[in-house]
Amino acid sequence: MSVLELQNLSVSLRGRQIFRDVALSVQKGEMVGLIGPNGAGKTTLMRAALGLVAHGGHSSLAGMTPMARARAVAWMPQSREIAWPVSIEALVRLGRMPHHGARLSAEDHAAVARALDHMGLGDMRSRTVTRLSGGEQARALIARALAQETDLLMADEPIAGLDPAHQIATMQMFQRLATDGRAVLVSLHDLGLAARHCARLVVLGQGGIQADGPPAKVLTPDLLARVFGITAYHAQTPQGHIFQPLEVL
Amino acid sequence: MTRLMVALSALVLALFCLSLLVGPARIAPADSLLGLLRGGLDPVAMVMREIRLPRAILAVLVGGSLGLAGAAMQGYLRNPLAEPGLIGVSASAALGAVIAIQSGLAAAFVLGLPLMALAGALVGVMLVLVLAGPRGGALTLILAGIAISAMAGAITQLVLNLSKNPFAVNEIVFWMMGSLADRSLTHVWLALPFTLLGWLVLARLGRGLDALTLGEDAAATLGVHLGRLRLLLVLGTACVVGASTAVAGTIGFVGLVVPHLLRPLVGAQPSRLLPASALGGAAMVLAADIAVRLVVPERDLKLGVLTALVGAPLFLHLIYKTRKEQP
Amino acid sequence: MAPRTARFTLGSVRLSRVISAVAALVLASAPALAGAPQRVVSVNLCTDQLALMLAAPGQVISVTKLAAVARVSTMAAQAADIPANSGLAEEIYMMQPDLVVAGRFTDRATLDMLRRLGVPVEVFSPAYALQDVPQRVSQMGQALGRVAQAEALVQRFEADLAALSTPGPRPRAALYYANGYTSGDSSLAGQILRAGGFDNIAQELGAIGALPLEVLAMANPDVVVTGQPYPGASRAEAIMQHPVVAQLKRQHASGTMTDRDWVCGTPYVLRAIADMRALRAQLEAQR
Repeated sequence: MSVLELQNLSVSLRGRQIFRDVALSVQKGEMVGLIGPNGAGKTTLMRAALGLVAHGGHSSLAGMTPMARARAVAWMPQSREIAWPVSIEALVRLGRMPHHGARLSAEDHAAVARALDHMGLGDMRSRTVTRLSGGEQARALIARALAQETDLLMADEPIAGLDPAHQIATMQMFQRLATDGRAVLVSLHDLGLAARHCARLVVLGQGGIQADGPPAKVLTPDLLARVFGITAYHAQTPQGHIFQPLEVL
Repeated sequence: MTRLMVALSALVLALFCLSLLVGPARIAPADSLLGLLRGGLDPVAMVMREIRLPRAILAVLVGGSLGLAGAAMQGYLRNPLAEPGLIGVSASAALGAVIAIQSGLAAAFVLGLPLMALAGALVGVMLVLVLAGPRGGALTLILAGIAISAMAGAITQLVLNLSKNPFAVNEIVFWMMGSLADRSLTHVWLALPFTLLGWLVLARLGRGLDALTLGEDAAATLGVHLGRLRLLLVLGTACVVGASTAVAGTIGFVGLVVPHLLRPLVGAQPSRLLPASALGGAAMVLAADIAVRLVVPERDLKLGVLTALVGAPLFLHLIYKTRKEQP
Repeated sequence: MAPRTARFTLGSVRLSRVISAVAALVLASAPALAGAPQRVVSVNLCTDQLALMLAAPGQVISVTKLAAVARVSTMAAQAADIPANSGLAEEIYMMQPDLVVAGRFTDRATLDMLRRLGVPVEVFSPAYALQDVPQRVSQMGQALGRVAQAEALVQRFEADLAALSTPGPRPRAALYYANGYTSGDSSLAGQILRAGGFDNIAQELGAIGALPLEVLAMANPDVVVTGQPYPGASRAEAIMQHPVVAQLKRQHASGTMTDRDWVCGTPYVLRAIADMRALRAQLEAQR
């Protein structure tokens, strides 16, 4: 079942065309990596899909009412903004906002507890978010998005700035969500992690989608040279994909 | 209700009663309460019902408004330096009120004064939000606020300077510092509807402000209608600050200091800060208004002077702390 | 020198004769003495009025703008045709005055500047008591070289003041100004009230300056005397419409200070006293 459907999506910002005629469909159970060089429009594409930027074409999410959209998709912006020194638990509870009325139900509390446990934050729930390390803050924000318990999770560079262990753990967690029947669309710059953990990669560049498919099909030397301007070492090993960018062309 | 809310409510109640008992006319506490209940035309009843009661009620209305508007404004702008006074809303409300008085609108039409103050506040908030932008950082926000405050203050002074009335120039002081001395129930009836309406609007913003903790994009995808949130914030703030300013002049720092002091006690959650800050603001203005009557009773000390005396050092402390936290 | 012998009599009907007496004095007087200043500029409302009462025709070449405002000036008609000044040194100097008469509270910088430019300046203190009135009149007479005219005016004023007797009970009155101020016996207004046959509650309360509304209500005076509202409303005056003041006025009698008679120490304070005596008579009648 499709959780995101984009057709002919185009965005121009200040008279400059960012991309045009993008078509993309994400199904339940998929873990999709969105990659592309700086300025390719990855963030803009995701925000346009959510209806947060003025755009042409069709997006299945943009047409929804804010409340319906909030139950359909959880969005993690790239800027890890936490304005006030609230507790981790209070932060994660914000994810339940689309679901509860004036008070949190037992189901809401359970969802918050699940999200906290998922990110290994159960024991830290009462700590103040703004006093945590950057990595811990990132995990708290992911937990918030998890607590929203939507079919689709969209995350803009969620693993930037995390240490390797947390990068890998986060990607594995996203994979598990997909395995459990939800869908994840995640933008990232680390092609190695993208190749290892995403079953499907979408390459955005030069004003449109340049490739869409499994990593082995997408990360060809030709595409890497054309879109990213690099060469890379790519091997299929018993431990999975090994992908290492090598040189700038 | 949490323990904090119970404690704050009790504090407001106690200060309200104390406010009824303090005044230049030395009336025994028992007599004054009797006078309040008895009514009639004897001097004690007149003093209690027509002077002290309105004064105490207005302190609650004005203080609650400033505390609530300050908390809402800080929550929306995600900035602990925001405050209706600091960002020019009070000054523009004062300008509206002065224009109403000087043009005769206030005399011609009962709601002329509060409506003009409200319109002034509305224009002030809009200008600041437009100038600073919705994401306005501390710097742009404060610069925009200073510009609007200075401009509204200057126009107010110009209008008063040009007035034919010999007392008009003295009033610059009132519109800059505010006071609750010798108000009547008329003022209460004037301010009450707008204040209550504003409270109602602002109190319902809690969820949206909570979501804004995560930034605008995240809040929007949590189901918050940002455009509506902003409109309600502007209207609510204009209502409460406009009404407060129309009857009490400009009282600074309450909306800045109170949310700042109470934030740690509510776990920094904007939605919990709103009611706490309203009660805290009421308590602060009641206390300040009691203090102006006790400290130098024979000199008509302005309320705004006292709140600024308490507020300015706290503001400096806040700036100092913010500076230290920056890398 | 005085052309008529009309005395400053009291009582509202005969009061018009005060005005005609002064007017006659102004219009029918001989030219100023040789050596007296010929181009006098006044920069204070009170000196405007004193000067206009005593000066020879054409001797005063400029007065303040307020002098022509009937609300605050007893000499508005006489001031109407005289050019107005706004009290700035540059403007006054260009009028080439040979005397500037000013009040104690006129801007010092202006007066210092005029003195440096060689313009003689005569400064008048405000009148704080009825006894100050003849003294100020005499001072103005000296300054203008109109000693005889001043002497005549002083004599009439003193005779009329002496003729005042205040029999009967003395009701308690409160003076209540804009911003909630009051004044006691050591002010011109307080003395007018006292001469009008009232006791001032400011005196019994020991209030100076601000009179909190609560204190006024508790003192419960027999009469509240308030100022007249000015055009162009102000918050400061709104206090005089406070329900408590309104109630006090309803319960008892109320009076109004006609500013032109109350503000400056001119012989017209007698008219203010007469108003107060009329008010007291009205109060007596109500009892």
